[in-house]
Amino acid sequence: MSVNGLDFTIGIGGAAGQGIATPGNILARMFGRRGLHLYAYNAYQSIIRGGHILLSIRIRDQEVHSHGDGIDMLLCLNQDTMDRHLNILKPGSWVIYNADKVEPGELPEGVLACPMPVGELAEGSKNKLIQNTISLGVMMSVLGADFGVLQEALEQAFGRKGAAVVEENVKMARAGYDHAAANFESFPTPLPEGEKPLAMWTGNSALAMGGAAAGVKFYCAYPMSPSTGVLHWFANHAHELGIMVRQVEDEIGVANMAIGAAHSGCRAMCATSGGGFALMTEAIGAASMMEIPVVYINVMRAGPSTGVPTKTEQGDLWQALGASQGDFERFIVAPVNCLDAYNTVPEIFNLVDKAQCPGIIISDLLISEGTFNVDPDLVDLQPEINRGDFLVDPSPNGTYLRYKDTESGISPRVVPGYEGFVHTVATDEHDEDGVIISDEFTHPHKRRKSVEKRARKFQGVVADVPAPSLEGPADAEVTLLGWGSTYGVIKEAIEILAEQGVVANQLPIKWIAPLHGDVVEDILSSAKKVILVENNHSGQFARYLRSETGYSPDGHIRKYDGEPFMPHHVVEGVLELMKTEESIYVPYQEIIV
Amino acid sequence: MSVAERTDPLLGIDLARAPESAKDFKGKVNPDWCKGCGDFGVLNSLQRALFELELKPHEILAVSGIGCSSNLPGYLNAYGMHTLHGRSLPFATGAKLGNHELTVIATGGDGDGYGIGGNHLMHTARRNLNLTYLVMNNQIYGLTTGQISPTSRPEMKTKSTPFGNLEYPINPITSAIMNGATYVARGYSADPKHLVELIKGGIQHQGFSLIDVFSPCVTFNHDNDFAFFKPRIKKLEDEGHDTQDWKAACEKAMAWGDEIYIGLFITNDRPSLDSMEMVLQDGPPLARRELGLSKEQGKKLIGRMM
Ligand SMILES: Cc1ncc(C[n+]2csc(CCOP(=O)(O)OP(=O)(O)O)c2C)c(N)n1
Ligand code: SF4
Ligand SMILES: [Mg+2]
Repeated sequence: MSVNGLDFTIGIGGAAGQGIATPGNILARMFGRRGLHLYAYNAYQSIIRGGHILLSIRIRDQEVHSHGDGIDMLLCLNQDTMDRHLNILKPGSWVIYNADKVEPGELPEGVLACPMPVGELAEGSKNKLIQNTISLGVMMSVLGADFGVLQEALEQAFGRKGAAVVEENVKMARAGYDHAAANFESFPTPLPEGEKPLAMWTGNSALAMGGAAAGVKFYCAYPMSPSTGVLHWFANHAHELGIMVRQVEDEIGVANMAIGAAHSGCRAMCATSGGGFALMTEAIGAASMMEIPVVYINVMRAGPSTGVPTKTEQGDLWQALGASQGDFERFIVAPVNCLDAYNTVPEIFNLVDKAQCPGIIISDLLISEGTFNVDPDLVDLQPEINRGDFLVDPSPNGTYLRYKDTESGISPRVVPGYEGFVHTVATDEHDEDGVIISDEFTHPHKRRKSVEKRARKFQGVVADVPAPSLEGPADAEVTLLGWGSTYGVIKEAIEILAEQGVVANQLPIKWIAPLHGDVVEDILSSAKKVILVENNHSGQFARYLRSETGYSPDGHIRKYDGEPFMPHHVVEGVLELMKTEESIYVPYQEIIV
Repeated sequence: MSVAERTDPLLGIDLARAPESAKDFKGKVNPDWCKGCGDFGVLNSLQRALFELELKPHEILAVSGIGCSSNLPGYLNAYGMHTLHGRSLPFATGAKLGNHELTVIATGGDGDGYGIGGNHLMHTARRNLNLTYLVMNNQIYGLTTGQISPTSRPEMKTKSTPFGNLEYPINPITSAIMNGATYVARGYSADPKHLVELIKGGIQHQGFSLIDVFSPCVTFNHDNDFAFFKPRIKKLEDEGHDTQDWKAACEKAMAWGDEIYIGLFITNDRPSLDSMEMVLQDGPPLARRELGLSKEQGKKLIGRMM
């Protein structure tokens, strides 16, 4: 508990296969229903059994923007968790463990031990996962929450498995609850309640749902962590929402199939991670050449190559910038958080429909696989849908020209199936009528005209993309610059810096292309000191910024160990870079998973 | 959308009326294939088949990859998509699923379909979406000026195999059968009458049809030219082949000596993907449906997140 109200992080550690997700989900829903804000980050590995998982669930009574700086209550489902993380617990925190199986080791001063006699409480139950339920009871008791809240959550979670399962779980949770009430010290003040119940989602479900709200009627994918959640959401909702969802043979097929569907007139989307995105790139150029709007999502994980499948990184910026051969225009956007991921999908669909070109959304593991709460009233379920010059009677006076060379560069679009508009679209360079010029008909003037036409239509839409703007006090001592998912952690770092007397503000970048480089340069060049925070080694955004504006920040905070930034990493980096001549600060990751 | 009746000035055809001859399916430009190229016979047969099936140009989408043969959509009066090398099938699949009322025909070459696009063919066959795939198999890479293709014969000398091809060719017919295609045929571009019937059968077939066509490249393949095929070509129909007998079909498809068979090897009525896909059962094609979430749908989604 901080002085500012509730700010509390629960860590649940164990091995894959120990069922961490279930108590995690139950807790999250329970907090959400109580109106508490939540940011859950799961540190895990690419195995189905074994390894080590640490799920951290941070709750606050106000909006929460990162997974926080530490753990206030550690639930150890195995010895490994105890051994790894006991040392990071601060005075006043709790450690809960199965006393039958886990040795507590040497407790740091002020850490409260809550051993659970699981065997005794479980009364001989053979259910291996029962310690999870017992520990939910313990946690609720320590947090000072009503048992009824937990009971309701268990009924919801296990209801589908039948009354007997519900009953067993409620009983075990009760046993844990009562045991804790009798034996452990609990919160001085009971768990508060927020204004109204909050909804829960992950970044991947937000991206998918944003697609459904934007009118996506065709989604296809090849499974790849950490993007697979998007596929699962669409697959689960396909029948209900009337969306064609296909798992395809490979990402090359995915990327091209989406264009095929888009060419038929559907809004079409697909998602993958860097490896799959590499296979998609030829298609992205094809969408540009044929002028077919499609949205591609790359959920970044640590690379290169297969890399670290379950770890986060902002390492694919240049991959997105360089996706596909040739010189062409496309939108690239990096949503800054989960709700923004939802909103970004309809936004980019309107843009790609207007400019008839591909669009790329860059997400990352942190946003996509994180679990978050959202005020349901903030989720715009009927966002604006604007398809641009699509199926408006295109040629009152003669032959339809698919690639008509208009002033705006935008040619009214008709799709197959309509009588009188027959045409061929081509990935070869073509003239206004779609007839290819790249073979024996090549004509330099025609080629130039086509290139300029495609560029012009994009330029016309640039103004529709909001320019970035400063958040926080204008006269800050230091301006923190970030792109995509670092938004939240920077925001919290700024709050902590303020407590320490350092005035900082943030320039968050969401739209990568177009960047509005002039605006960015204006803002940055009038800042006192600029520090760029990014989750990669080489400073990919720093290079992009320099290429677009000529501007170089004064300092850099970079992290590339697979784990996301914690607020104190940024805070320490800022303080360090303010007092030394060094220009790069790399924080130390103290939670080892 | 209102579409006025009008004449296409380039083609001089009234677009809103039914085609009156196969010529009405001629495209805006004339083929730039070499004189004598087998692909002419395939294009003509396709145009005739479309005409005989009484289809209208706007009801058809022809999707190709890259290669000499893949230039075909540009020579056809129909909606066309001239896509990437090897990718015609994914594009065609997406388009067909997006608008299943279209007659979607994928076309291309042996390199395009059996080489770079081979993985897609295998999966499109088992997926059994209602598509027709016409492969102009000249056993060579034509557009890149004569290198071996996955169907080139062993020992064949080409620009990329000056000492002879060491690799064994793929058999598209047996592969497609093994992968679950439900209509597998082989045609010969110099027998257009026969080919027209195969194409018509493929388009009418409810499911994925592969029609592999011997379409000699007169410029770069002097091994498998018209003179090679003429004495060898035999028709399955003349042998009383049973199209339900996949083993006999494979045996006939493997024959590559004095007798090489063309005709329909197998067909079966396994339900097509589009006929089974729930989402396509009611309402117009996906491409014509209303976009976004209804209030009701949105409420349900939020409800589940609570
Ligand atoms: C990704 C990619 N690789 C290579 C090429 C070059 N390329 C164009 S056509 C072709 C082969 C064509 O052979 P085939 O498909 O048999 O068609 P044909 O010309 O014989 O009709 C190749 C290799 C390309 N366009 N794209
Ligand atoms: S190179 Fe061969 S395949 Fe290409 S057009 Fe000429 S004859 Fe036909
Ligand atoms: Mg060929």
